[in-house]
Amino acid sequence: MSLSNRHLLGLNGVPKEDIQLILDTATTFREVLERPIKKVPTLQGKTIVNLFYEDSTRTRISFELAQKRLSADTINFSTSTSSVKKGETFKDTVRNIEAMKVDMIVVRHKSAGVPQYLTRISKANIINAGDGLHEHPTQGLLDMYSIKERLGRLEGLKVCIVGDIAHSRVALSNIFGLRSMGAVVSVCGPTTMIPFGIESLGVKIFTNIDEAIAKNDVLNVLRIQLERNAGTRIPSLREYHKYFGITCERIEKLNKEIVILHPGPINRGVELSSEVADGPYQVILDQVTNGVAVRMAVLYLLGTMH
Amino acid sequence: MKIILKQVLILNPEQKLNQKSDLLINDGIIEKIDGLNETDFKSSKVFDFDNKVCSPGFFDMHVHLREPGREDEETVETGSNAAASGGFTGIACMPNTDPSIDSAEIIRFIKEKAKDHLVDVFPVAAATLARKGEALSPMYELFEAGAVAFSDDGVAIKNAGVLRNSLEYSLNFGTPIIEHCEDESMADGVMNEDLISTTLGLPGIPKVAEDLVVMRDIMLAEFTGGKVHIAHISSKKSVELVRQAKKNNINVTAEVTPHHFTLTDDLLKSYDTNYKMNPPLRTRADIEAMIEGLKDGTIDCIASDHAPHAIEEKEMEFIFAPNGIIGLETELSLVMSELVHKKHLTVSQVIEKMAINPRKILNIPIPQIKIGEVANFTIFDPDLIWTVDVNKFKSKAKNSPFDKRLMTGKSIAVVNKGKMFFEDQFTAI
Repeated sequence: MSLSNRHLLGLNGVPKEDIQLILDTATTFREVLERPIKKVPTLQGKTIVNLFYEDSTRTRISFELAQKRLSADTINFSTSTSSVKKGETFKDTVRNIEAMKVDMIVVRHKSAGVPQYLTRISKANIINAGDGLHEHPTQGLLDMYSIKERLGRLEGLKVCIVGDIAHSRVALSNIFGLRSMGAVVSVCGPTTMIPFGIESLGVKIFTNIDEAIAKNDVLNVLRIQLERNAGTRIPSLREYHKYFGITCERIEKLNKEIVILHPGPINRGVELSSEVADGPYQVILDQVTNGVAVRMAVLYLLGTMH
Repeated sequence: MKIILKQVLILNPEQKLNQKSDLLINDGIIEKIDGLNETDFKSSKVFDFDNKVCSPGFFDMHVHLREPGREDEETVETGSNAAASGGFTGIACMPNTDPSIDSAEIIRFIKEKAKDHLVDVFPVAAATLARKGEALSPMYELFEAGAVAFSDDGVAIKNAGVLRNSLEYSLNFGTPIIEHCEDESMADGVMNEDLISTTLGLPGIPKVAEDLVVMRDIMLAEFTGGKVHIAHISSKKSVELVRQAKKNNINVTAEVTPHHFTLTDDLLKSYDTNYKMNPPLRTRADIEAMIEGLKDGTIDCIASDHAPHAIEEKEMEFIFAPNGIIGLETELSLVMSELVHKKHLTVSQVIEKMAINPRKILNIPIPQIKIGEVANFTIFDPDLIWTVDVNKFKSKAKNSPFDKRLMTGKSIAVVNKGKMFFEDQFTAI
């Protein structure tokens, strides 16, 4: 079994079989992570560059750890300023890195479309670690893995993505991935944070958080990102929390089972109350562990393709 | 020197000309139309342009020449060469240079650079100092030095009070204000806002950002009696607003670019920065509205918004890449392919929109095809099939999304100011 594409640019258009293969492979690596010696020789001799043009802690560490667990050689290239300001073009930077003979590039960038652009200027396998407001496919995959781990299936589950959908790359990857796996996906948030035409992607919109909690099995709660200009689209974090924040009170009054995901980092007291963030419904730290396994699966499947 | 254009189809709706004739041009002046004798043929260089259309020279009223400031991208000379190659004998160049065209010295600098070229270059000056949207530029002085219009192109004049003043002040000398209609507070995106921008994760610019400013500008044109020209109209509602304004006899005119009536925003799926422009590519419904607007006269003219960019600037991460594409050398062909051969416009209507109306809007005399006049023509073949190759462009820049595209219709030659451009060469005639 192998994937149908030699890059992972997003989950839009990725066939169900590919997602299933990644999730199944991740189960194997998840088991490796429980061993005393958490390392396999699978990608020995492969060179992977982590090209991070935007600040990231957990995604970069998760990828790096996944690469090390697979015995690949890894190089980190991180810069929070765009190459434009540095005077070297992105293309030149990539060509320089490529000249050092690398096999795979994991890229995060402020601009949507950069992973796709990379496939045109580089011969390496490209993995998108988040591009602009577009996609973050490994996050979508690890979210699906974590839901499946908790609830045993994806098919037919009702999953609601809550928060700033318009400025989230996690939302789109979840929508494409989950829908392809047969889940029913909805979004909930202030209308200023719901992007144009999202319902055309087969997504229901909830405007009321209580209704969203009542009618879904899973909430994937996004971080309200002030650095992405959220402040102009909501009056205040306080008001956001009051009308869209997930609290134990909101969940308990409905007396129902629910699973809560969050891609991190959490703004406690904004999108999640601390009680919820540490409580029995959430799988947030499982997501982090699963993230390493899922990324190992992606790296392995792409790195061993012909 | 004498030349003969043999058996051209002279077409000029302004003079109601539609005839097949021989044209004798002596030292750049039309000496004979038909009635040529054997001596004429013996003493002249003869160009057999059988059945090619000969119209008053085309005029593109929206060109960025980048000089002064970015001579690495384009110069007055290379941009004029591109214009000649694309079939134009006149262009108006936009003031968003560095420094911007907001002083008479810069107008004179550009006119000096252009004076010996076949192509007439008419600067559009900044409406406000440094295009900041605050203090008026020295408009009267700029007009006297040769500015044919005023614009802060790249952006709209932000402040309605400033626009009012520039419209009223320009009443003294009759020039239009050319507006890039966009409400900046809603336009921090990089493509049209719709389902496609949502799916691509690219920040969108809603059409209403254009419509709002079109509406404001129309109301101020009505209020002041000044002339507003809407640059590169791109939305269906804006076309409707202009149509209504014209019915109400408000002094408003509009242009559309070939890329806006040819391309739609689903092309952005490639993240190819050659599809990044401002206003952004819109939808099929908008294209239909623009074509309707061209047909019924709501849209007066076609202009390229020729925007040269260096390769390294355009070949960049999508959100950082600059807006715009070059257009002078594909414009006529796109008009022929998309409008004439698809039966939306006749060749005569094209001549109105590409030779006559732009000059009318800018108060520039329209070339006449009659004895004793300066020969100022475009000779083109509406049916010639060719493939675009950006490497053969005269423009310094290569940022065109139409590279390798098959087109129908092409300019064959242009004649103006005693010069001719034919088969890639300028010659004195």
